[in-house]
Amino acid sequence: MGMTLAEKILARASGRERVSPDEIVVARVDLAMSHENADLVRKSFAEIGVPKVWDAGKIVIIFDHRVPAESEKTATTHKAVREFVRAQAIANFYDVGRGGICHQVLAEHGHVLPGMVVVGTDSHTTTHGAFGAFATGIGATEMAGVWTEGSLWFKVPSTLRILVDGEFRPWISAKDLILHIIGKLGADGADYRAVEFDGPAIRNLSVASRMVLTNLSMEMGAKVAFTPVDERLLEYLRPRAARPIEAIAPDPDAVYERVLHIDLERDVPEPQIACPHGVDNVHPLSALGDVPVEQAVLGSCTNGRLEDLEIAARIVRGRQVHPRTRLIVIPASQQIYIEALRLGYLETLILAGAMVNPPGCGPCVGVHQGIIAAGESCVSSTNRNFLGRMGSKDSKVYLASPAVVAASAIAGRLAHPEMILKEAPACLVTA
Amino acid sequence: MPGDSLILRGRIAAKLGANIDTDIIYPGRYLNVTDREKTAEHLFELAYPELRAALRPGDIIVAAKNFGCGSSREQAAAALKYAGVGAVIAPTFARIFYRNSINLGLPAIVSAEAPAVLEAGDEIEIDLARGSIRKLPAGPVCPAAALDPRAIELLNAGGLIPYLKQKHAA
Repeated sequence: MGMTLAEKILARASGRERVSPDEIVVARVDLAMSHENADLVRKSFAEIGVPKVWDAGKIVIIFDHRVPAESEKTATTHKAVREFVRAQAIANFYDVGRGGICHQVLAEHGHVLPGMVVVGTDSHTTTHGAFGAFATGIGATEMAGVWTEGSLWFKVPSTLRILVDGEFRPWISAKDLILHIIGKLGADGADYRAVEFDGPAIRNLSVASRMVLTNLSMEMGAKVAFTPVDERLLEYLRPRAARPIEAIAPDPDAVYERVLHIDLERDVPEPQIACPHGVDNVHPLSALGDVPVEQAVLGSCTNGRLEDLEIAARIVRGRQVHPRTRLIVIPASQQIYIEALRLGYLETLILAGAMVNPPGCGPCVGVHQGIIAAGESCVSSTNRNFLGRMGSKDSKVYLASPAVVAASAIAGRLAHPEMILKEAPACLVTA
Repeated sequence: MPGDSLILRGRIAAKLGANIDTDIIYPGRYLNVTDREKTAEHLFELAYPELRAALRPGDIIVAAKNFGCGSSREQAAAALKYAGVGAVIAPTFARIFYRNSINLGLPAIVSAEAPAVLEAGDEIEIDLARGSIRKLPAGPVCPAAALDPRAIELLNAGGLIPYLKQKHAA
């Protein structure tokens, strides 16, 4: 009997021949990532009382939630973490202006390779299953334990396999696909489980789009989520990896708890929107009627990558953001920022009336750089629409694809890109 | 007294719905609060401020499925614990919240039947090791999952930090 990807990786990391769902194993950790909450981890670590972390080379710290520091309190936190990083000789530290959103930075710098066990003090650490890693979120105290021992216990998850066929219709993206799946399975539809995405439609996706699927699998409770380790991924990894890359795959006779088949033309014919206040409250755009939006946010670890900025630029080019609406654009990393500058995407977005924020989590986590007031609605390419997530408890967040965010910014209401593009731009602005 | 801590008694302060997310438990804007005790000030701040105000030490919260879904923020479990909550009972917990809870020494009890059987105001007794909940003084018994021995070990130690502190003490 074969093993799934999650089983294979956990078996190897725990020194066993094979493992099965529900077994508890202690696995060695290959990479431990934290953002600003490294300050919490640092405090717990100090309480445990061990002087040195288990392996400074396996720890990565990236500031992204509050960059640059928005308050004296955060500045003090940042300073304390910097001092810790120096004292422990943690080389992989991405300070303000050096990195961007943690999950994007780990990917860009080749920190994550197939077969690794990755833990992060951020729930969206599931993103790194797009690189063939068993990657999951943990809390700060648990991370202090990892910094101490370099290992962690896991219950071996059963696996849900999702096979996707067909072609994406125009303007439909990985975001629409995963929102459809979350709507279908519910906020706990993959609780404690591993998810393996595969099928021709998945193998045709860019690495950036695969990261959308593994990132948002968290919102249906997944412990880890994988897309295939194929030639397309290896092409992405080769120039970035500092070590040899090993391709891994589930065994053909692996045992799955459930296999779900999705046909893109049939199941995801139009944009999908997660309505307030749950990521599983998903409806097709055409079912929502007239929904005015005061703010549109394009960014986050879910959808702030180059292809997201490109499609938004294509939609807003020569047009103006609706007078009632604010468009906030946040490149996911410094690298994406500079590429989007060189390619002219940011210029196009700025000319349309967008405000560009520095790479980071910004309004997605409801801290700064685009908080919304009572009575306001925001369409966002981010990952959560919980009550009060982006500001007032009396505000609303609608999660959507980058294309719908851009179209809605122009229309001033939730809108399909086709609706915007069928009208010629009112005035082509020349730079 | 390790044996004693396996039995908990308390009043059910509230019965909440499904998918109580970490932003409801602890809003993201307070993530820069890193003193665990102070997190209690912001428990349920946006959604249920009246519940926080009414909490008494040792109170128990019952919720429907998927309690604690969303962020990995440990402050969600810390805020409950330092606001005096003695345990949370739900049919299922989001996995990171569950681990955070046990690691901080806050019992998270899995019981499919609890939301149907228990009501706000009930006084109950929970046997963590056996996995049962009993209404006091002599009410019906509601089945619950027995806590994993590893979780009991952590709870008895007072959480992961004291557990590791002891383990690594030279």
